[in-house]
Amino acid sequence: MSLLPNAAVLLGKELRTEFRSRELLTTTIVFILIVIVLFSFTFDPTSDESRRFAPGLLWLAFLFASSLMLQPCFLREQHNDTLSALRLSVSDPFAIFLAKLTANTLFLLLTELLLLPLFATMYNVPVLSVLHWLVLVFFLASLGISIAGTALSAISAQARMRELLLPLLMLPLLTPILVASTEVTKALLDRAPYVQWKGIGFLAVFDVVFLTALWLFGEYLLEE
Amino acid sequence: MAKNILAAALVVLLLAAAAYASFFIAPTDAKQGLIYRILFLHVSSAWTGLTAFLIGFVGNLLYVWKRQPRWDWLGVSAVEVGLAFTTVVLVTGPIWAHPVWGIWWTWDARLTSTFVMWLLYVSYLLLRTLVEEPDRRALFSALFGIFAFLDVPLVFGSIRWWRTQHPQPIVMGGADSGMDPVMFRVLMFAWLAMLALMTLLLRQRYRLEAMRSELETMRHELEAA
Repeated sequence: MSLLPNAAVLLGKELRTEFRSRELLTTTIVFILIVIVLFSFTFDPTSDESRRFAPGLLWLAFLFASSLMLQPCFLREQHNDTLSALRLSVSDPFAIFLAKLTANTLFLLLTELLLLPLFATMYNVPVLSVLHWLVLVFFLASLGISIAGTALSAISAQARMRELLLPLLMLPLLTPILVASTEVTKALLDRAPYVQWKGIGFLAVFDVVFLTALWLFGEYLLEE
Repeated sequence: MAKNILAAALVVLLLAAAAYASFFIAPTDAKQGLIYRILFLHVSSAWTGLTAFLIGFVGNLLYVWKRQPRWDWLGVSAVEVGLAFTTVVLVTGPIWAHPVWGIWWTWDARLTSTFVMWLLYVSYLLLRTLVEEPDRRALFSALFGIFAFLDVPLVFGSIRWWRTQHPQPIVMGGADSGMDPVMFRVLMFAWLAMLALMTLLLRQRYRLEAMRSELETMRHELEAA
């Protein structure tokens, strides 16, 4: 059972690569900032309007940003053919996916948490009282986005027009995540905040379904 | 060749009979009047489209498992045929909705989820055009097809849970649901006719894909020689 130790080593490598340059995090944060500003022109960001639109806008911004953030995930393993080296170094190829999807979840979560205070201030939505629930939703949704997105970026990395292909494959597939996390966030930012358990349960189900699928079929995505 | 023409003639006959039944045998709906008759086309196409996607899913799974090109051919043929039927659903829906709901389109659960499903399978076909190497194309599209199929119930569930305007299921729906027995039999017959059409299309499309693949192999051999 060397899956988890292997994945842990690879996760260390993913984190080191990113935190040396912080390229992914900075570009994603700037991208989301741009989207947040642009969105403010499409409706009047008073607190009543924001309650209705902000949750959806936030998740749409995260989703679009993630479709950019996940691009280099497998692409950068191609330059020096490091993917072959990775494959040779682990007994179970699922470890590669596990490491990459954990790293992506962490990156997304970090981006979301960094932008949340800014978003709350600019769109007049109070988040402090429900912060712990928001973190749970952010985690479950980011995990789902990363599981499906990591798998699909392994596909798109080997196709033509890969930069266009990834969002095309990813966004429709992630519709359930967008719907559920928007609704849960909306309930949390309501005048009388409440926790929508069915939405949280739904996100968890999505994560389990796609994690299982990736565990079963992931190795075929890495075939030569 | 003669067999093909015979099969096609049979399907045309079945479709004509289904059309006759839905216009003249099924009773007129008490509330909606004539326009409801589009249901026989709309619902039977929807079920047939889903059947085709199920066949595609089985083809995808078998390809990943067996790695024989024929399962890839089955996968792509079923998805294309399923997309054609789903397109019929997306077109007939608004035609019915306009007089009954007063609007062509509403962002209701089943409309939206059917549209998302349609987009998922369009992406499947796009993916196929963007991967050159045949084995890789077959494998990747099969895997994406599997993910897409797993996603469909989640898409339907997620959108349905949060609001809906679409008529609730009347076949295998709740306790108060149900339809006139004659209407039900006509609907089942229409579905049968549509399934026959699907089988015919699937068979032809499969053979086309087989020929394409053969042509591709020959071309490669020629280039190598």
